[in-house]
Amino acid sequence: MNAAPADVMEVLEQVKDPEVPVISIVELGIVRGVEVTGDSVRVDITPTYSGCPAMQTIEEDVVAALRSHGFREVTVRTVFQPAWTTEWIGEDARRKLQEYGIAPPGHLQPGAPVQLGPTVRQVACPYCGSTLTEVRSQFGSTACKSLHYCTACQQPFEHFKAI
Amino acid sequence: MADASLFEYLQRLGDDRLVLGHRLSEWCGHGPILEEDIALANISLDFIGQANLLLGLAGTVEGKGRDADALAYLRDPVDFRNVPLVEQPNGDYAATMTRSFLFDAFDYLLTRDLQDSGHPELAGIAAKAHKEATYHLRHSSEWLVRFGDGTEESHRRAQDALDELWRWTGGLFLADEVDQALHARGLAPDLAALEPEWKGMVSELIGRATLTLPPVQPITARGYRRGDHTEHLGHLLAEMQILPRSHPGAEW
Repeated sequence: MNAAPADVMEVLEQVKDPEVPVISIVELGIVRGVEVTGDSVRVDITPTYSGCPAMQTIEEDVVAALRSHGFREVTVRTVFQPAWTTEWIGEDARRKLQEYGIAPPGHLQPGAPVQLGPTVRQVACPYCGSTLTEVRSQFGSTACKSLHYCTACQQPFEHFKAI
Repeated sequence: MADASLFEYLQRLGDDRLVLGHRLSEWCGHGPILEEDIALANISLDFIGQANLLLGLAGTVEGKGRDADALAYLRDPVDFRNVPLVEQPNGDYAATMTRSFLFDAFDYLLTRDLQDSGHPELAGIAAKAHKEATYHLRHSSEWLVRFGDGTEESHRRAQDALDELWRWTGGLFLADEVDQALHARGLAPDLAALEPEWKGMVSELIGRATLTLPPVQPITARGYRRGDHTEHLGHLLAEMQILPRSHPGAEW
Protein backbone atom coordinates (compact mmCIF):
# COMPACT_ATOMS: atom_id res chain seq x y z
CA MET A 1 0.00 0.00 0.00
CA ASN A 2 1.22 3.46 -0.87
CA ALA A 3 -0.09 5.91 1.64
CA ALA A 4 1.05 9.48 2.20
CA PRO A 5 0.93 11.33 5.54
CA ALA A 6 -2.01 13.30 4.10
CA ASP A 7 -4.01 10.06 3.80
CA VAL A 8 -3.29 9.31 7.44
CA MET A 9 -4.41 12.79 8.43
CA GLU A 10 -7.63 12.23 6.52
CA VAL A 11 -8.32 9.14 8.66
CA LEU A 12 -7.38 11.01 11.84
CA GLU A 13 -9.86 13.77 10.92
CA GLN A 14 -12.51 11.13 11.61
CA VAL A 15 -11.23 10.32 15.12
CA LYS A 16 -13.25 12.43 17.53
CA ASP A 17 -12.25 13.72 20.93
CA PRO A 18 -14.05 11.19 23.18
CA GLU A 19 -15.08 13.91 25.64
CA VAL A 20 -16.04 16.57 23.09
CA PRO A 21 -17.29 14.46 20.19
CA VAL A 22 -17.97 17.38 17.82
CA ILE A 23 -14.32 18.03 17.07
CA SER A 24 -11.64 15.68 15.80
CA ILE A 25 -8.27 15.14 17.42
CA VAL A 26 -6.75 16.98 14.44
CA GLU A 27 -8.98 20.01 15.04
CA LEU A 28 -8.16 19.83 18.73
CA GLY A 29 -4.51 20.23 17.75
CA ILE A 30 -3.02 17.24 19.52
CA VAL A 31 -1.70 15.40 16.43
CA ARG A 32 1.91 16.49 16.12
CA GLY A 33 3.35 14.31 13.43
CA VAL A 34 2.79 11.35 11.15
CA GLU A 35 5.40 9.04 9.67
CA VAL A 36 4.50 6.42 7.10
CA THR A 37 6.77 3.51 6.14
CA GLY A 38 5.08 1.03 3.79
CA ASP A 39 2.04 -0.22 5.67
CA SER A 40 3.33 0.97 9.04
CA VAL A 41 2.53 4.31 10.51
CA ARG A 42 3.62 6.24 13.57
CA VAL A 43 1.42 9.01 14.95
CA ASP A 44 2.73 11.55 17.47
CA ILE A 45 0.18 13.01 19.84
CA THR A 46 0.55 15.41 22.75
CA PRO A 47 -1.64 15.45 25.86
CA THR A 48 -3.99 18.38 26.52
CA TYR A 49 -3.57 17.97 30.30
CA SER A 50 -0.95 15.92 32.21
CA GLY A 51 -3.61 13.70 33.74
CA CYS A 52 -6.12 13.67 30.90
CA PRO A 53 -7.89 10.31 31.26
CA ALA A 54 -8.99 10.39 27.61
CA MET A 55 -5.46 9.94 26.25
CA GLN A 56 -5.61 6.16 26.37
CA THR A 57 -8.97 6.07 24.62
CA ILE A 58 -7.64 8.43 21.96
CA GLU A 59 -4.63 6.17 21.44
CA GLU A 60 -6.86 3.13 21.04
CA ASP A 61 -9.17 5.02 18.66
CA VAL A 62 -6.23 6.10 16.49
CA VAL A 63 -4.94 2.52 16.27
CA ALA A 64 -8.39 1.13 15.45
CA ALA A 65 -9.13 3.79 12.80
CA LEU A 66 -5.83 3.32 10.99
CA ARG A 67 -5.99 -0.49 11.16
CA SER A 68 -9.41 -0.42 9.56
CA HIS A 69 -7.90 1.65 6.74
CA GLY A 70 -5.31 -1.00 5.97
CA PHE A 71 -2.33 0.00 8.06
CA ARG A 72 -0.86 -3.14 9.55
CA GLU A 73 1.37 -1.66 12.18
CA VAL A 74 0.27 1.46 14.04
CA THR A 75 2.28 3.01 16.85
CA VAL A 76 1.24 6.05 18.82
CA ARG A 77 3.97 8.06 20.47
CA THR A 78 3.34 10.70 23.13
CA VAL A 79 5.40 13.86 22.72
CA PHE A 80 5.54 16.80 25.11
CA GLN A 81 7.10 19.57 23.13
CA PRO A 82 5.80 22.02 22.18
CA ALA A 83 3.17 21.83 24.94
CA TRP A 84 -0.43 21.90 23.77
CA THR A 85 -2.36 25.10 24.30
CA THR A 86 -5.90 26.05 23.30
CA GLU A 87 -4.29 28.27 20.63
CA TRP A 88 -4.00 25.04 18.60
CA ILE A 89 -7.77 24.89 18.25
CA GLY A 90 -8.71 26.44 14.90
CA GLU A 91 -11.53 28.90 14.19
CA ASP A 92 -13.64 26.23 12.53
CA ALA A 93 -13.41 23.99 15.62
CA ARG A 94 -14.22 26.95 17.89
CA ARG A 95 -17.43 27.50 15.92
CA LYS A 96 -18.32 23.80 16.29
CA LEU A 97 -17.76 23.98 20.04
CA GLN A 98 -20.03 27.01 20.28
CA GLU A 99 -22.78 25.29 18.28
CA TYR A 100 -22.44 22.28 20.56
CA GLY A 101 -23.08 24.49 23.59
CA ILE A 102 -19.51 24.84 24.87
CA ALA A 103 -18.17 28.40 24.97
CA PRO A 104 -14.88 28.27 23.01
CA PRO A 105 -11.62 29.29 24.66
CA GLY A 106 -10.54 32.92 24.45
CA HIS A 107 -7.13 33.80 23.07
CA LEU A 108 -4.18 33.87 25.44
CA GLN A 109 -2.00 36.84 26.13
CA PRO A 110 1.47 35.34 26.06
CA GLY A 111 3.64 36.13 29.04
CA ALA A 112 0.84 37.71 31.07
CA PRO A 113 1.59 37.25 34.78
CA VAL A 114 -0.78 35.20 36.87
CA GLN A 115 -3.42 37.18 38.72
CA LEU A 116 -3.79 36.07 42.29
CA GLY A 117 -6.95 36.27 44.33
CA PRO A 118 -10.47 36.72 43.01
CA THR A 119 -10.63 37.64 39.33
CA VAL A 120 -13.45 38.32 36.91
CA ARG A 121 -13.38 36.70 33.50
CA GLN A 122 -16.06 37.42 30.93
CA VAL A 123 -17.23 34.44 28.92
CA ALA A 124 -20.03 34.89 26.38
CA CYS A 125 -22.96 32.48 26.68
CA PRO A 126 -22.87 29.99 23.77
CA TYR A 127 -26.67 30.01 23.58
CA CYS A 128 -27.67 33.69 23.62
CA GLY A 129 -24.32 35.45 23.31
CA SER A 130 -24.83 37.53 26.44
CA THR A 131 -21.79 38.36 28.55
CA LEU A 132 -23.94 38.61 31.69
CA THR A 133 -22.49 35.34 32.88
CA GLU A 134 -21.02 34.06 36.13
CA VAL A 135 -18.29 31.53 36.83
CA ARG A 136 -19.79 28.74 38.90
CA SER A 137 -16.61 26.71 39.08
CA GLN A 138 -13.22 26.93 37.41
CA PHE A 139 -13.43 23.15 37.14
CA GLY A 140 -16.04 21.19 35.22
CA SER A 141 -16.95 17.71 34.09
CA THR A 142 -13.55 17.27 32.44
CA ALA A 143 -10.14 18.81 33.07
CA CYS A 144 -10.47 21.09 30.04
CA LYS A 145 -13.74 22.80 30.96
CA SER A 146 -15.10 25.25 33.53
CA LEU A 147 -18.69 25.74 34.62
CA HIS A 148 -20.66 28.95 34.01
CA TYR A 149 -24.17 30.31 34.27
CA CYS A 150 -25.86 32.83 32.00
CA THR A 151 -28.02 35.27 33.95
CA ALA A 152 -29.61 36.55 30.71
CA CYS A 153 -31.06 33.27 29.40
CA GLN A 154 -30.66 31.37 32.67
CA GLN A 155 -28.73 28.51 31.13
CA PRO A 156 -25.81 26.76 32.75
CA PHE A 157 -23.05 26.12 30.22
CA GLU A 158 -19.48 24.87 29.94
CA HIS A 159 -16.47 26.80 28.75
CA PHE A 160 -13.39 25.30 27.16
CA LYS A 161 -10.71 26.87 29.37
CA ALA A 162 -7.97 28.85 27.66
CA ILE A 163 -4.62 27.44 28.74
CA MET B 1 25.93 4.49 33.80
CA ALA B 2 22.68 5.82 35.17
CA ASP B 3 22.47 9.51 35.95
CA ALA B 4 22.04 9.29 39.76
CA SER B 5 21.51 13.03 40.33
CA LEU B 6 18.86 13.29 37.63
CA PHE B 7 17.10 10.19 38.97
CA GLU B 8 17.08 11.71 42.46
CA TYR B 9 15.83 15.08 41.18
CA LEU B 10 13.01 13.53 39.14
CA GLN B 11 11.86 11.58 42.19
CA ARG B 12 11.70 14.81 44.19
CA LEU B 13 9.56 16.45 41.52
CA GLY B 14 7.39 13.38 41.06
CA ASP B 15 6.91 12.61 44.75
CA ASP B 16 5.81 16.15 45.69
CA ARG B 17 3.08 15.86 43.08
CA LEU B 18 2.12 12.28 43.82
CA VAL B 19 1.72 12.90 47.55
CA LEU B 20 -0.15 16.20 47.20
CA GLY B 21 -2.31 14.69 44.46
CA HIS B 22 -3.19 11.82 46.76
CA ARG B 23 -3.94 14.16 49.66
CA LEU B 24 -6.28 16.26 47.50
CA SER B 25 -8.01 13.14 46.21
CA GLU B 26 -8.99 12.32 49.80
CA TRP B 27 -11.54 15.15 49.49
CA CYS B 28 -13.33 13.33 46.69
CA GLY B 29 -16.91 12.84 47.86
CA HIS B 30 -16.30 15.00 50.95
CA GLY B 31 -15.92 18.47 49.42
CA PRO B 32 -17.71 21.33 51.19
CA ILE B 33 -19.70 22.08 48.01
CA LEU B 34 -20.09 20.13 44.80
CA GLU B 35 -18.02 22.59 42.73
CA GLU B 36 -15.07 22.28 45.09
CA ASP B 37 -15.34 18.51 45.19
CA ILE B 38 -14.97 18.56 41.40
CA ALA B 39 -12.22 21.18 41.55
CA LEU B 40 -10.05 19.14 43.90
CA ALA B 41 -10.61 15.94 41.93
CA ASN B 42 -9.46 17.82 38.81
CA ILE B 43 -6.40 19.30 40.49
CA SER B 44 -5.55 15.96 42.00
CA LEU B 45 -5.73 14.41 38.54
CA ASP B 46 -3.31 17.02 37.20
CA PHE B 47 -0.80 16.30 39.96
CA ILE B 48 -1.05 12.53 39.65
CA GLY B 49 -0.75 12.89 35.86
CA GLN B 50 2.40 14.96 36.29
CA ALA B 51 3.76 12.46 38.82
CA ASN B 52 3.11 9.64 36.36
CA LEU B 53 5.16 11.42 33.68
CA LEU B 54 7.98 12.42 36.05
CA LEU B 55 8.29 9.06 37.78
CA GLY B 56 8.06 7.33 34.41
CA LEU B 57 11.00 9.42 33.25
CA ALA B 58 12.81 8.74 36.55
CA GLY B 59 12.43 4.99 35.97
CA THR B 60 13.86 5.32 32.47
CA VAL B 61 16.81 7.34 33.77
CA GLU B 62 17.44 4.79 36.51
CA GLY B 63 17.51 2.01 33.93
CA LYS B 64 16.56 -0.83 36.26
CA GLY B 65 13.23 -1.60 34.69
CA ARG B 66 11.09 0.24 37.27
CA ASP B 67 8.15 2.13 35.78
CA ALA B 68 6.04 4.89 37.35
CA ASP B 69 3.79 2.35 39.11
CA ALA B 70 6.75 0.49 40.62
CA LEU B 71 8.14 3.75 41.99
CA ALA B 72 4.78 4.98 43.28
CA TYR B 73 3.54 1.78 44.85
CA LEU B 74 6.56 -0.26 45.81
CA ARG B 75 8.86 2.20 47.52
CA ASP B 76 8.83 2.68 51.31
CA PRO B 77 8.46 6.05 53.08
CA VAL B 78 12.26 6.45 53.46
CA ASP B 79 12.58 6.25 49.68
CA PHE B 80 10.09 9.07 49.09
CA ARG B 81 11.63 12.43 48.30
CA ASN B 82 8.67 14.78 48.78
CA VAL B 83 8.80 17.78 51.12
CA PRO B 84 6.89 17.50 54.43
CA LEU B 85 4.47 20.30 53.46
CA VAL B 86 2.60 18.16 50.94
CA GLU B 87 2.14 15.17 53.26
CA GLN B 88 0.46 17.21 56.03
CA PRO B 89 -3.13 16.11 56.66
CA ASN B 90 -6.00 17.92 54.93
CA GLY B 91 -7.50 19.40 58.10
CA ASP B 92 -10.41 21.73 57.33
CA TYR B 93 -10.87 23.40 53.96
CA ALA B 94 -8.89 26.46 55.04
CA ALA B 95 -5.93 24.21 55.89
CA THR B 96 -6.18 22.38 52.57
CA MET B 97 -6.32 25.65 50.61
CA THR B 98 -3.46 27.19 52.61
CA ARG B 99 -1.26 24.14 52.02
CA SER B 100 -2.17 24.26 48.31
CA PHE B 101 -1.47 27.98 48.04
CA LEU B 102 2.00 27.67 49.63
CA PHE B 103 2.87 24.81 47.28
CA ASP B 104 1.14 26.23 44.17
CA ALA B 105 3.09 29.51 44.37
CA PHE B 106 6.31 27.47 44.55
CA ASP B 107 5.16 25.15 41.76
CA TYR B 108 4.21 28.09 39.53
CA LEU B 109 7.72 29.57 39.76
CA LEU B 110 9.55 26.24 39.56
CA THR B 111 7.69 24.98 36.48
CA ARG B 112 8.01 28.40 34.82
CA ASP B 113 11.81 28.12 34.95
CA LEU B 114 11.97 24.36 34.45
CA GLN B 115 10.52 24.86 30.96
CA ASP B 116 13.99 26.07 29.97
CA SER B 117 15.64 22.87 31.19
CA GLY B 118 18.30 21.47 28.87
CA HIS B 119 16.60 18.07 29.21
CA PRO B 120 14.01 18.19 26.40
CA GLU B 121 11.56 15.72 27.92
CA LEU B 122 11.67 17.35 31.35
CA ALA B 123 11.22 20.77 29.73
CA GLY B 124 8.16 19.49 27.88
CA ILE B 125 6.58 18.00 31.01
CA ALA B 126 7.28 21.28 32.85
CA ALA B 127 5.70 23.37 30.08
CA LYS B 128 2.50 21.36 30.43
CA ALA B 129 2.66 21.42 34.23
CA HIS B 130 3.16 25.19 34.30
CA LYS B 131 -0.19 25.81 32.62
CA GLU B 132 -1.81 23.62 35.26
CA ALA B 133 0.14 25.23 38.11
CA THR B 134 -1.15 28.61 36.92
CA TYR B 135 -4.80 27.78 37.38
CA HIS B 136 -4.13 25.79 40.56
CA LEU B 137 -2.58 28.96 41.97
CA ARG B 138 -5.52 31.09 40.84
CA HIS B 139 -7.86 28.67 42.60
CA SER B 140 -6.02 28.38 45.91
CA SER B 141 -5.14 32.09 46.13
CA GLU B 142 -8.77 33.02 45.56
CA TRP B 143 -9.83 30.79 48.44
CA LEU B 144 -7.16 32.06 50.78
CA VAL B 145 -8.35 35.65 50.26
CA ARG B 146 -11.94 34.55 50.66
CA PHE B 147 -11.19 32.81 53.96
CA GLY B 148 -8.77 35.38 55.35
CA ASP B 149 -10.84 38.39 54.39
CA GLY B 150 -14.14 36.63 55.16
CA THR B 151 -15.87 36.07 58.46
CA GLU B 152 -14.26 36.01 61.88
CA GLU B 153 -14.48 32.22 61.87
CA SER B 154 -13.00 31.74 58.39
CA HIS B 155 -10.22 34.23 59.20
CA ARG B 156 -9.33 32.38 62.38
CA ARG B 157 -9.22 29.04 60.57
CA ALA B 158 -7.02 30.39 57.77
CA GLN B 159 -4.63 32.01 60.26
CA ASP B 160 -4.45 28.79 62.31
CA ALA B 161 -3.64 26.86 59.13
CA LEU B 162 -0.94 29.31 58.14
CA ASP B 163 0.58 29.21 61.64
CA GLU B 164 0.64 25.42 61.54
CA LEU B 165 1.88 24.96 57.96
CA TRP B 166 4.40 27.77 57.64
CA ARG B 167 7.19 25.80 59.33
CA TRP B 168 6.99 23.11 56.63
CA THR B 169 7.71 25.51 53.77
CA GLY B 170 11.43 25.40 54.54
CA GLY B 171 11.81 22.13 52.65
CA LEU B 172 10.73 23.75 49.37
CA PHE B 173 13.95 25.69 48.95
CA LEU B 174 16.49 23.27 50.42
CA ALA B 175 19.07 23.11 47.68
CA ASP B 176 21.67 20.39 48.18
CA GLU B 177 24.36 19.01 45.86
CA VAL B 178 21.72 17.32 43.70
CA ASP B 179 19.99 20.63 42.91
CA GLN B 180 23.32 22.37 42.48
CA ALA B 181 24.63 19.70 40.11
CA LEU B 182 21.46 19.82 38.02
CA HIS B 183 21.50 23.61 37.95
CA ALA B 184 25.16 23.65 36.93
CA ARG B 185 24.34 21.34 34.01
CA GLY B 186 21.52 23.63 32.88
CA LEU B 187 18.87 21.04 33.64
CA ALA B 188 17.13 22.69 36.61
CA PRO B 189 16.56 26.21 37.92
CA ASP B 190 18.46 27.71 40.84
CA LEU B 191 16.19 27.08 43.83
CA ALA B 192 17.83 29.76 45.96
CA ALA B 193 17.00 32.39 43.34
CA LEU B 194 13.31 31.44 43.41
CA GLU B 195 12.92 31.86 47.15
CA PRO B 196 12.72 35.69 47.34
CA GLU B 197 10.22 35.73 44.48
CA TRP B 198 8.10 33.13 46.25
CA LYS B 199 8.31 34.99 49.53
CA GLY B 200 7.20 38.22 47.80
CA MET B 201 4.28 36.55 46.09
CA VAL B 202 3.13 34.78 49.26
CA SER B 203 3.53 37.85 51.51
CA GLU B 204 1.57 40.03 49.11
CA LEU B 205 -1.37 37.64 49.02
CA ILE B 206 -1.30 36.96 52.74
CA GLY B 207 -1.53 40.73 53.25
CA ARG B 208 -4.50 40.97 50.90
CA ALA B 209 -6.14 38.15 52.82
CA THR B 210 -5.64 40.25 56.00
CA LEU B 211 -3.59 37.40 57.47
CA THR B 212 -0.26 37.65 59.25
CA LEU B 213 2.94 35.80 58.38
CA PRO B 214 3.84 33.62 61.36
CA PRO B 215 6.91 34.73 63.30
CA VAL B 216 8.41 31.21 63.25
CA GLN B 217 11.28 30.31 60.96
CA PRO B 218 10.53 27.50 58.50
CA ILE B 219 12.41 24.29 59.30
CA THR B 220 15.27 23.61 56.93
CA ALA B 221 16.51 20.18 57.98
CA ARG B 222 18.57 18.67 55.16
CA GLY B 223 16.93 15.29 55.61
CA TYR B 224 13.69 16.62 54.14
CA ARG B 225 14.88 15.87 50.63
CA ARG B 226 16.46 12.56 51.59
CA GLY B 227 13.73 10.48 53.06
CA ASP B 228 13.03 12.08 56.43
CA HIS B 229 9.30 12.59 56.87
CA THR B 230 6.70 13.53 59.41
CA GLU B 231 4.58 10.71 60.83
CA HIS B 232 1.85 11.39 58.26
CA LEU B 233 3.51 9.98 55.13
CA GLY B 234 3.52 6.37 56.31
CA HIS B 235 -0.21 6.43 56.92
CA LEU B 236 -0.85 8.02 53.54
CA LEU B 237 1.27 5.44 51.72
CA ALA B 238 -0.32 2.56 53.62
CA GLU B 239 -3.64 3.53 52.13
CA MET B 240 -2.29 4.41 48.69
CA GLN B 241 -0.15 1.29 48.29
CA ILE B 242 -2.17 -1.45 49.93
CA LEU B 243 -3.81 -2.81 46.80
CA PRO B 244 -0.75 -3.25 44.56
CA ARG B 245 1.22 -4.58 47.53
CA SER B 246 -1.41 -7.09 48.61
CA HIS B 247 -2.12 -8.22 45.05
CA PRO B 248 1.13 -7.79 43.09
CA GLY B 249 0.52 -7.32 39.39
CA ALA B 250 -3.25 -7.01 39.82
CA GLU B 251 -5.06 -5.68 36.75
CA TRP B 252 -8.68 -4.83 36.14
